Order: sequence, then structure tokens, then C-alpha cells
Amino acid sequence: MRHLFAAMSAALFAAPAFAAIPRDGALGFQPAATRIAERIHSFHTFLLWIIIPTTIFVLALLLWVIIFHNKRANPTPRKFSHNTLIEVIWTVVPALILVGIASQSFPNLYYQDVPPNLQTVQEKASKLLADGKSAQYESFVKEYNPDAAAKGFINVKAQGNQWNWTYTYPDIVDDAGYPLEFVSNPLQTGLSTDSKAGVRNLSVDYPMVVPAGRYVRYYTAAADVIHSFAVPSFGIKTDAVPGRLNEGWFLVDQPGVYYGQCSELCGVNHAFMPIEVRVVPQAQFDRWSQLMLAGDYDAALASVQAIASVEPASKFAAITK
Amino acid sequence: MPMDEVALDHAHDDHDHKPGFFTRWLFSTNHKDIGTLYLIFAMIAGVVGYTLSGLIRWELAQPGIGPMLWIQTQFFGLQGDDAILHAKHFYNTVITYHGLIMIFFMVMPALIGGFGNWFVPLMIGAPDMAFPRMNNISFWLTVAAFILACVSMSVPGNSAGNGFGGGWVLYPPLSSTTGHPGPAMDILILSLHTAGIASILGAINFIVTILNMRAPGMTMHKMPLFAWGVLVTAVLLLLSLPVLAAALTMLLTDRNFGSQFFNPAGGGDPIMFQHLFWFFGHPEVYIMILPAFGIISHIVSTFSKKPIFGYLGMAYAMVSIGVIGFVVWAHHMYTVGMNVDLKAYFVAATMVIAVPTGIKIFSWIATMWGGSIEFKVPMLWAIGFIFLFTVGGVTGVVLANAGIDHTLHDTYYVVAHFHYVLSLGAVFGLFAGWYYWFEKMFGIKYNGFLGGLHFWLMFVGSNVLFFPQHFLGLQGMPRRYIDYADGFATWHYWSSIGYAITMVATLVFFIGLAEAFIRRRKGVANPWGEGATTLEWTLPSPPPFHQYNELPHVTAKGGH
Repeated sequence: MRHLFAAMSAALFAAPAFAAIPRDGALGFQPAATRIAERIHSFHTFLLWIIIPTTIFVLALLLWVIIFHNKRANPTPRKFSHNTLIEVIWTVVPALILVGIASQSFPNLYYQDVPPNLQTVQEKASKLLADGKSAQYESFVKEYNPDAAAKGFINVKAQGNQWNWTYTYPDIVDDAGYPLEFVSNPLQTGLSTDSKAGVRNLSVDYPMVVPAGRYVRYYTAAADVIHSFAVPSFGIKTDAVPGRLNEGWFLVDQPGVYYGQCSELCGVNHAFMPIEVRVVPQAQFDRWSQLMLAGDYDAALASVQAIASVEPASKFAAITK
Repeated sequence: MPMDEVALDHAHDDHDHKPGFFTRWLFSTNHKDIGTLYLIFAMIAGVVGYTLSGLIRWELAQPGIGPMLWIQTQFFGLQGDDAILHAKHFYNTVITYHGLIMIFFMVMPALIGGFGNWFVPLMIGAPDMAFPRMNNISFWLTVAAFILACVSMSVPGNSAGNGFGGGWVLYPPLSSTTGHPGPAMDILILSLHTAGIASILGAINFIVTILNMRAPGMTMHKMPLFAWGVLVTAVLLLLSLPVLAAALTMLLTDRNFGSQFFNPAGGGDPIMFQHLFWFFGHPEVYIMILPAFGIISHIVSTFSKKPIFGYLGMAYAMVSIGVIGFVVWAHHMYTVGMNVDLKAYFVAATMVIAVPTGIKIFSWIATMWGGSIEFKVPMLWAIGFIFLFTVGGVTGVVLANAGIDHTLHDTYYVVAHFHYVLSLGAVFGLFAGWYYWFEKMFGIKYNGFLGGLHFWLMFVGSNVLFFPQHFLGLQGMPRRYIDYADGFATWHYWSSIGYAITMVATLVFFIGLAEAFIRRRKGVANPWGEGATTLEWTLPSPPPFHQYNELPHVTAKGGH
């Protein structure tokens, strides 16, 4: 088994597919893999354009008074203590800036928090095309993917356990009607007997696999204590709470390997229940799910080690080019 | 108010009967002695909390499980995988008690119990607190609470070892019998109940003192801003702590008496605990910073030799921060699965807080504007506070946006944010107040060189410590991890280097403290000159055991 992992990890690094892992010394986000993450990143950049100048402005004012209003430069202090105009300005201007932030923040929040209505996405895309509104269409497909919408949601449930994840695909069922369900264990748990395979503290034995270019709706649940399902490059984080079923969505265009980690303190092995998501082309996903259903986990795992890149064949894409 | 318009009360040393040692310090009813006790207590608890943070940074300096495992094998005689299991739990307990001790037993006792007790009566011209014996109970309950917390650390938490390892937020089911069946959590609940009672009693004392015992002529709108800060803080404590007490009691009965408040299997909801906890927890963060706001205002005014700019705006900014602080709690819970409209509300409400906070920052700068600033040690800390609090404030604006918080929640970005407002905010305010009032409290002068060195080392160290944590958070480094992916190594290493610098700073602080008490350079009533206009500077240093035998009269004219 361990040799298998070793071979697979070699294959992993040989594969040309995209991988999102924490990069040493990096200053910002992991690269965005979803439209949600792209929007978060551009919103964050927008915020940096507000907060960095604000901080520099405050620093400049402080330096100004330090240099020009100190005991030596200004031996006689002035005695004013009121200036209504300036007080109104520094109340109103920050308020207006906050309104500006809110105008970006709310659309962003609703976009990521509310799973899109796929029927509406298709209808709107078709209507825009039919009306020949290519400019609007292009901006529309930056946020929605009509091709993916036509295929419907892939549903996955991620259940947090102390200390691993159980993934369930309720729509992929075997002949007896049982859904595809498996436990995803970490390869490393800080022990001396840890496997050396994979990316340390991020790789798992059986990863979650989803098809590229499909809308994925995920549900989170928990068996014991609260966990949190998070993948930074997707821009998602949803707590897994006992007694609740939370939901979220994402869509990844680029096949690859994406890592996340449990993000709510859940006990001793909180640092050792990573999330590995392999995004593969649809055909590869179908083969993987059939092998998993058949119970051939190792063959299923082998089938998603090398991830083929895929050109989107789109009736919509042709027009946008 | 100008000093010449105040009827001064000079020390009557001949009447200054101090009780014997045990009566004076164990049964103390004197606000200044209790203030001193609180400061000594906060220093001891602070050293414990700071040592725990040292263990965190030591462990995280490099990838892998190192120092925690070494401690288990060296001091607890454990071997192999069992030692690793205990090391992981030990790390969780370290972060938990670091947070709890720093909040409940360091920052709150120092700012409210220490400086509040010392200077609220002095500044408002009162002879003592309204309920001196209740004041004594508050202090000793806090000590009892701290001892209980230490006991809790050393009794079984769960099968992986002693202590409670579920974070200072105490979320069930990790804090219920599912996660921690042992007595550690029960004792911790008792500890926080005790600390809560102590704080509620203290809050009542401050509110009554400030509302009823101001000197003749000192209207609310002439009251020093530190007293305003403590008043708002006390109201927040009074309204929020009972909610924490309720949540803790429910948790206690869930654990011991079969109730199901937070157990979904019995119809309860773990999220309800989070709502109750943060209804307390968010006002709590303002409880920690508002007294510091007051201290900074006085220091900035004193060393600029100018009256506080926009006094009323400053006072009501604190009031509005306190009020808004009660309606923003769920911004700590954006990822729990709340309705999106509810999240939108909390985004809007949270961002509103930036307005009164901005008013405070700009008013401090306007107070300095046109001033004749002297860069004495307290002023260094105050200017450092203003800048670093701004940095922590703007990252707060980022986190207020639920859309971004979905990515940054429970990452080191949040850790960086709240340490900028607390460790570099409240703690800088604490040290600013310490150097500002040191001579007043103890009647001796601190060493200015050591004070300045302390500031600069702390300023550099804490920035090296916390600034890289923003980068870690953006890259996705989750909180409360004993070990991390290798891609986080560089910034964790620098963060630990920053901690080492703050260790030198802390050493310099204690050397400065010892130096001052060994040399005993005699202090004067008002070392700061014309800028120091509040009533405490009209008294000798240290003030007499009982001050204001004749109440000072504050006249209608004069600044604040």
C-alpha cells in the first residue's frame, strides 16, 4: 500500500495539472480556482486600495505632528479644541467610504452564499445570445457558466469526524441504491509511523473527487464536534456542525489538486484532518466513481493520480472567442 | 480643569494612618491599595499568559511537533505515540489558557481593576470607590478565579491529558462531555463564573462611583475621558457578563445534569452557545480597549500640552462603540451556516463601528496638531498605540465583510487582526498608562532610558511577531494548529523571531521596574507640567492614604 502511495506521489508531481498548495514566503492568497475566489481576490485588492492609503495617511499625519509640532519646532502650544467642520468631515468621509465598501461587499456575499439557480443561468445566457448582446454575455459568463449549468449540480456531502472526513455522493448510487460513500484519512498525523508520501499534512488516502467545469453543491455535517470544511483556493469555508446540514457551492474549471484543512478547533488531531480535492475531467470522474462504487478503491485512486487537462468544448465558448 | 481653580487637598500625613500589613493588603478597602494589588496580580497572570504564548511560538517556529513533545517526554515521562497524543492536547490547552488568562486575568484586571481603581476616584475627585468592601471582594474573587483556572489546567480534560483544549471560546460539543469529559472543563466554568461575578461587582462599583461621587461641579460632560472609558466599560460588563454566565451555566448542566441545551440529539443546538458566547464576547473586546482609549487621550493631551480635541465627540464615540458593540456579535460566526440576509446585516452593523473609531484616531491626531509635543516614554507608547490600532482597525474592516471572511475566518489573518488591536492596542495602552502614572502611584521615577528601550523593543518585536501572520492567513494557515504544511514555514519562523524580541523587551520592562524600586528617585506631584490637568496631578506622589478629605470644587470654566 505504501509503495503505491510513493508511486502515486511521484505521478502527482509529474502531472502537469494545477495544484494549489500553500507557497512558502507568499504574501497573498493562494491562486484562485473558482469564480468565488476570483471575486474575493478582486474585492480584497479593492479593499487594499482603501486600507493601505488610510494607514499611510494616518502614519503621515502622525509623522507630520511628530516633526512639526514637537517641543523644539513649536515651543508654544496652541489652545484650540474644537473645529466643527473637520469633525463633520472625518465622520462623513469614512461613512461614505464604508458605503463604497458595502456596495462591493453585498453583491460579493450574495454571489458566494446563494447557490445559483441553474435553470435561470441557462435561460439568461441563451436569451443574451439570442438577442445578440455579446458584451453583456461576456460579463455574464465571467460569473456564471451556462455549459456547466446545463449539466446540473454534482452533490457531495462532507461530514467531519474526529479526525477525518466522510464524503458522500447521494446521486451516485449502486444497484442496491446505496450512495457512494467513503472515509478520507490523512496520510500524516504527526506520528513517527507517518507515511512520507504526498504533500506533508495536506494529502489524504482517498481524496474527494469532483468533475471540472461542473457546479458542485456541497453539504457539511458533523458526527461529533464542530469541524469546518475549507478550501482556500476555492474561497469556501463552511462549518460542519452536529445537528445541522450546511450548504455551499463552487465550480472549478481547471482540473488539478486543491488542498484545504479543517478550520474549526475539533480536538487533538485538529491539525491533521486535511481536505484534498481532485478536480478531474468528467470522463475520469465517471470512471473513478464507478470504480469506487465497485469497491476497488486502489484502482479508483490510481485512476485520478494523473489528471488530464481538458479543453472546454462549449457551444457558448465558441461564440465568446 | 485648571489647578488654581480647584480647592486642593494637601496630604495630611499626620492623619495618614495606614493599617498593618495584613489588614492593609488582605482586607484592603482602599481603592489605591486594591488598584496596586490588581496591578501586581495582572503582572503575575501576564507572565503566565506570556509564557504560554512563548510555548506557542516555540512550537510553531519550525514545522513538525517539537517542543510540545519534548515537554511531554522530559517532564511527564511519556514515550512514543502516547507522548505525541498528549503533546497535541497540551498545545490546545496552551492556546486556550493563553487566551483566557490574557483576557480575564491580565488585560481586564490591569486596565479596569488596576488603573480604574487607582485613577477613577482620583480623577473625579472622590475619596474612594462607592463600595470599598465590595471592591475587596472583586479583587479576591479574581484571584480565586485565576487559581481555579490554574487548577483546571492541571486536572484531566480528556483521554489525551490534563486541561481544557477547546479554545477560549469554549464551543460545545468540544467543551461538553463529547470532547472533554474530565473535570478540567467543569473547573474552568467555575473559574469563569467566579471571574464574571468579580467583574460584575466591580462594574457596579464603578458605575455607582462615577454617577454619584463626582466632585462638586464636575458634570458628566466635564469628566475626564478615562472615567468615561471605564463607565462605558462597566456598563458593557454589567450587560454582557450575565449572558456569558447563562451560557456557562447551561453548559454546566448539559455536562453534569443531563440537560440538552447544546446537544442536537436532545433537541438543542451548539450554535446557540456561539450566539450567547459572542453576545458577551464581542462587547468583551471593547471592554478591553475602551479604558485604553481613555488613557491614550490623557497622555496625548498631556504631552502635547493641549486640551483634548473634540472632547464630547471622544466621549460619545466611546458610548456609541459600546452601543454598537452589542449588535454585531455574529460577525464572529459568518461560517456557521447563517442566513445570508442576517450576514448582510452583521456586515453593515460591523462596518459602522469604523466611524466612531475613526473619530477617535483623528481626534487624537488633532489633539497633537499645533501642540508642543514632548516625547516622554508614555507618549511613545501612545503614538505607537494610535498607529498600531489603526493597522488592526483597517484589517477589522476587511474581516467585517462576510464575503472575505469566508476565506479568512479561523486563519492567522484573524489572529493577526485581534493581536494588533489587543496585544498591540490594549497592551500598548496598558504600558502607556503604566509609565504615565508610575510616578503618581509609587512616588518614584522610572528610568527614562529603560522605558524608551522597552517601547522600541516591544514595537519592533510585536510587529515582527504579528505582521507576517497576515500573510499566513491570506495563504490559508488555519488557527490553533500544532503543525502546519511546509509552505507556511518561513513566516512562522519570523513570527517566532518577533516573539524572541518581545522577550528582551519584557526583560527590560522588569529590569526597569526593579531599577526604579532600588534607586527610589523621589517623585514629584506633577512630573509632566502644564499639560497634565486632571485632578490626580493636584495630589502629592504617591497620594495620601485617604485623599480629598475636603472635596475639590470644579468650576464651570476650564477644559477637560
